[in-house]
Amino acid sequence: MSKSQKRRLRMIIISAVLFVLALVFPFDKVFSGKAAEIIPVIIYLAAYLIIARDVLLKAARNIKNGQVFDENFLMAIASLGAIALQDYKEAVAVMLFYQVGELFEDYAVGKSRESISAMMDLRPDIANVIRGEDVEEVDPEEVEAGEIILIKPGERVPLDGIVIEGESRLDTVALTGESVPQSIGPDQDIYSGAVNLNGLLKVRVTKPYGESTVARILELVENASDKKSRSENFITKFAAVYTPVVVICAVLLAIVPPLVFKQPWSVWINRALIFLVVSCPCALVISVPLSFFGGIGGASRKGILVKGSNYLEALANVKTIVFDKTGTLTNGTFTVTAVHPDLISEAELLEYAAFAEAFSSHPIAQSIKNAYAKEIDLSRITANEEISGHGVASTVDGKHVLAGNTKLMESRAIHSHECHMHGTIIHVAVDSLYAGHIVISDTIKPDSAEAISGLKANGIRRTVMLTGDKQAVASEVAEQLRLDECYAELLPQNKVEIVEKLISECSGNEKLAFVGDGINDAPVLTRADVGIAMGAMGSDAAIEAADIVLMNDKPSDIVKALAIANKTLRIVRENIIFAIGVKLLVLALAALGQASMWMAVFADVGVAFLAILNAMRCLR
Amino acid sequence: MKKVFKLKDLDCANCAAKMENNIKKIPGVTNASVNFMMQKMTIESDTDDFDALMDEVQKVCAKVEPDCEIIRK
Repeated sequence: MSKSQKRRLRMIIISAVLFVLALVFPFDKVFSGKAAEIIPVIIYLAAYLIIARDVLLKAARNIKNGQVFDENFLMAIASLGAIALQDYKEAVAVMLFYQVGELFEDYAVGKSRESISAMMDLRPDIANVIRGEDVEEVDPEEVEAGEIILIKPGERVPLDGIVIEGESRLDTVALTGESVPQSIGPDQDIYSGAVNLNGLLKVRVTKPYGESTVARILELVENASDKKSRSENFITKFAAVYTPVVVICAVLLAIVPPLVFKQPWSVWINRALIFLVVSCPCALVISVPLSFFGGIGGASRKGILVKGSNYLEALANVKTIVFDKTGTLTNGTFTVTAVHPDLISEAELLEYAAFAEAFSSHPIAQSIKNAYAKEIDLSRITANEEISGHGVASTVDGKHVLAGNTKLMESRAIHSHECHMHGTIIHVAVDSLYAGHIVISDTIKPDSAEAISGLKANGIRRTVMLTGDKQAVASEVAEQLRLDECYAELLPQNKVEIVEKLISECSGNEKLAFVGDGINDAPVLTRADVGIAMGAMGSDAAIEAADIVLMNDKPSDIVKALAIANKTLRIVRENIIFAIGVKLLVLALAALGQASMWMAVFADVGVAFLAILNAMRCLR
Repeated sequence: MKKVFKLKDLDCANCAAKMENNIKKIPGVTNASVNFMMQKMTIESDTDDFDALMDEVQKVCAKVEPDCEIIRK
């Protein structure tokens, strides 16, 4: 509890004790005559002044500064009005109730702010820099790129860099939401914000703190609530109109019935006072941004960075999702997907191919060597020639091995088979005899299919895939993943055109999201209503262009992001309807004379408190 | 130039919104935002004398929420 909260609590207790005393003390038995009437009034007034002092002072100060319609003013008028009507008990009770509510509200907001901030606390405290012979403990901001730092077990990685010595495992859960520790060793990139679990690492810093992953993430999430959603703007506008309207109604209610219909003044003034108490927009003004803040905080914990409340809101309205293929739904790396030998065994075919390609650094050669996965004894290769655009010719164990495309086989007059599978086909011939072929293709990510079905289950109506790849390859992927549509053989500018066409086909409020890896689809990411970049660890361009950034490479994180957006928006809607509903109900009851001041205070602070508790569900 | 300031004892969300609106009206301020959740304030301005501008901002804030303090480094 903060200092001001403690002070408030003390005032509440003192005032409450006096209030109960005045309520239950048998004044008429102890005192006689006038004193029995006046003494309780004095005690009530004392209790009132203790509890209302701050509110009255603030109200007076605000009027002096030209700030009229704030809740202090409204509460001051309402309670002073009750005193004027000689309803002292009510004046104290209402003020007590209000202060208790405010205290709760304050405490709840403080707590939620703390827990969200703690959730986003990735900030590294220190860096151990090696300077000369010594290891100095300094603020990460004082370390320059190129310096060498030591990261001990248990410490947070303070800066981005490259490991030069040591092996360890990293806990990246705060960064990516991924709970399986990652192993790390020399020459690997290391990102700030992760926690070093067991080994001592020596790292060469590549970027100053301000440009590091952790600094960028923090900046992004902290500024996210500056970009306001439509719900927030609606609430701000609503609050600006609501309060004056209710206050004017209150004035009319106090004056018109007594003057026009000769009704008793005290009844209608009392009803007007209830109006004033209900007229405060606090519950709304606080709970809506808090919900978004909670949603954004909760998402960042799962490795999903949302750049603004507006994007979270737009994501909840997304009905069409467009994916880039390579690197998004597929791994974007080439892997051997099939080995089809003629005459020899699969293992033999792969071995011949791997040896033939031993000296090649081409990605296709690399993937064959990866599939072979055994050490290549270079002494078995006696000759090797790379034939540009065709493949390689090599002598392995004294045998003449050819590995390459159809053109290579044709040029050597070797008859090769076509393959029914799509992808890059590497034919192999041994001593001028066809030995079979190896199929190399991009593989679909393990969770892509699950992600598409998950999106469908979460209300996405249309899933589209765009790719620069061949139609046949694209159709096969689209079919396997059960995507609704696919557009193939596109140039980058075609992608923008198609996204624009799809946006024009979205009806009304519906939005379109584009998911890419952020490498060469920045224009599309910007053009879509919601641009989602994935696998963004360490990629500045992707973080820059996208509205929502997935730190991981997993398409299933889009489902998580969508679920968070839907939940947050549902809570926001609940809060708006609940708060406005209760207030209107109490206003209606008050106009009819059916509401008490207690209900009015509940409609103010009670509703705010409940709305805050509800908003906190966004975090989970 | 864009500067970020921490705020102390900013207690009410409605006040934050009012502060933001009033700061935007100060001559020389091109944009301003008051972030209630993070308890901070961002001021954008082309002024040469940021300190003088901040005095003005402080005055405007004090009118809305006298307890709120802008922490200037």
